[in-house]
Amino acid sequence: MPNLRYTKDHEWVSVHGDLATIGITEYAQDQLGDIVFVELPEVGRTVAAGEEVAVVESVKAASEVYAPVAGQVAETNPVLSDAPETVNADATGDGWFLRIRMADPGEFDRLLDEAAYAALTGEA
Amino acid sequence: MALGGKLVPFAGWELPVQYEGILAEHRWTRESASLFDVSHMGQVEVSGNDAAGQLETVVPASLQSLPEGRTRYAVITNDDGGIVDDLLVTRRADDIFLVINAARIDADLTWFRSRLPALMFNYRQERALLALQGPKAADALSDLIPAALELAPFAYGEFELLGVPCTFSRSGYTGEDGFEIGCDGPAAVSVAEALLARSEVRPAGLGARDSLRLEAGLCLYGSDIDADTSPVEAGLAWTFGARRQGALAVPGGARIERELANGPTRRRVGLLPEGRGVVRGGAVVLDASGHEIGEVTSGTFSPSLGVPIGMGYVATEHSEPGAALQVELRGRKVPARVTPLPFVPPRRHQTRPT
Repeated sequence: MPNLRYTKDHEWVSVHGDLATIGITEYAQDQLGDIVFVELPEVGRTVAAGEEVAVVESVKAASEVYAPVAGQVAETNPVLSDAPETVNADATGDGWFLRIRMADPGEFDRLLDEAAYAALTGEA
Repeated sequence: MALGGKLVPFAGWELPVQYEGILAEHRWTRESASLFDVSHMGQVEVSGNDAAGQLETVVPASLQSLPEGRTRYAVITNDDGGIVDDLLVTRRADDIFLVINAARIDADLTWFRSRLPALMFNYRQERALLALQGPKAADALSDLIPAALELAPFAYGEFELLGVPCTFSRSGYTGEDGFEIGCDGPAAVSVAEALLARSEVRPAGLGARDSLRLEAGLCLYGSDIDADTSPVEAGLAWTFGARRQGALAVPGGARIERELANGPTRRRVGLLPEGRGVVRGGAVVLDASGHEIGEVTSGTFSPSLGVPIGMGYVATEHSEPGAALQVELRGRKVPARVTPLPFVPPRRHQTRPT
């Protein structure tokens, strides 16, 4: 598993170079239940950290997903349009949402680490 | 919680929303059978002189003609012709038995007692209610309580299950064959365990109950019907039965009769939005040129159809099946088509003619 960082809104981030891959956490997918639709942003869109970039729909409710880091949307996961349930099956792997080319790669280190996120969800 | 269910607070109860997951529970209900704990529903016994006749003064349904051992779906109206609640009414040997919505128990009892002071309304708070729903619901009961299989749809009987006195009504809220089983609260655990021991039966929560009832086109009080919606607008005038022919001497009867004669200004319809984005209650409905003409009252992802579905009220001139409308979804306008209800046809138990 690559080095993951987290947000208090239950997104995870992994970084290769200046490219951040983003998804929702195992805890989040479990709380949401069956995911039936993921609305993803246009590739090329510039986003600020904390800006809404995606919406994840479970049978019960819609939840916003926020950009953990600032930058430009470089790629979105094509699997999710036909198989949104991939998020339930593999939230931190095949169920990734999007990739952002970071404006400031240093932002990654300011996100929550594993221990801080585990403390947040009470799973420490 | 012993089954791994997730509980949420609702109207003062802790309710099981899901066990295995809403999609799996929903599909299992459509192909086999599920057991729902709906003990939050209000079970009320009504007694007094001419109880059926008196109830007819606030419920626009034919209750005096309701035979013993039969159940009827009905609404209670308010002075404005809106709906106080929707309910199941069963004629029993010694009383009339009502099942009312949890969030409306106080409101219903207050309304009944103010309008019908000569009747006794006994709210059986200690009673549990289990809904066994699905095409294999009868199979699941075949060894335990074969007599229940003889019940026709919307028939009622009282049987002992494992020595526990139970009420059985062949009814439900899923569009499937099924039974609603009432018993004393402490005994409900052993009844539920006996049913869940059957391979056909798995537990299901209120999340699946909601997606099942929406596919079946059934109203949820507080979302699809409320104090402002009339039974005519809601498409529930069929519950009036034979009384539809005569004067509806109920609260709000003037509005109801006017709408029956002239048509209501808005109607409840099914809506099929394009795409996979789930349109939910509260979303605005627009006509093709963008004028606001209504509101979505319930919306979900249909596990059976694999697409989003919704229902809501639209201006009557836009309520024909096939009408091309739009719904607002996160600031965008999504095309949506008016579609007949239900989305999934009911598969009620068919009884032999006798």
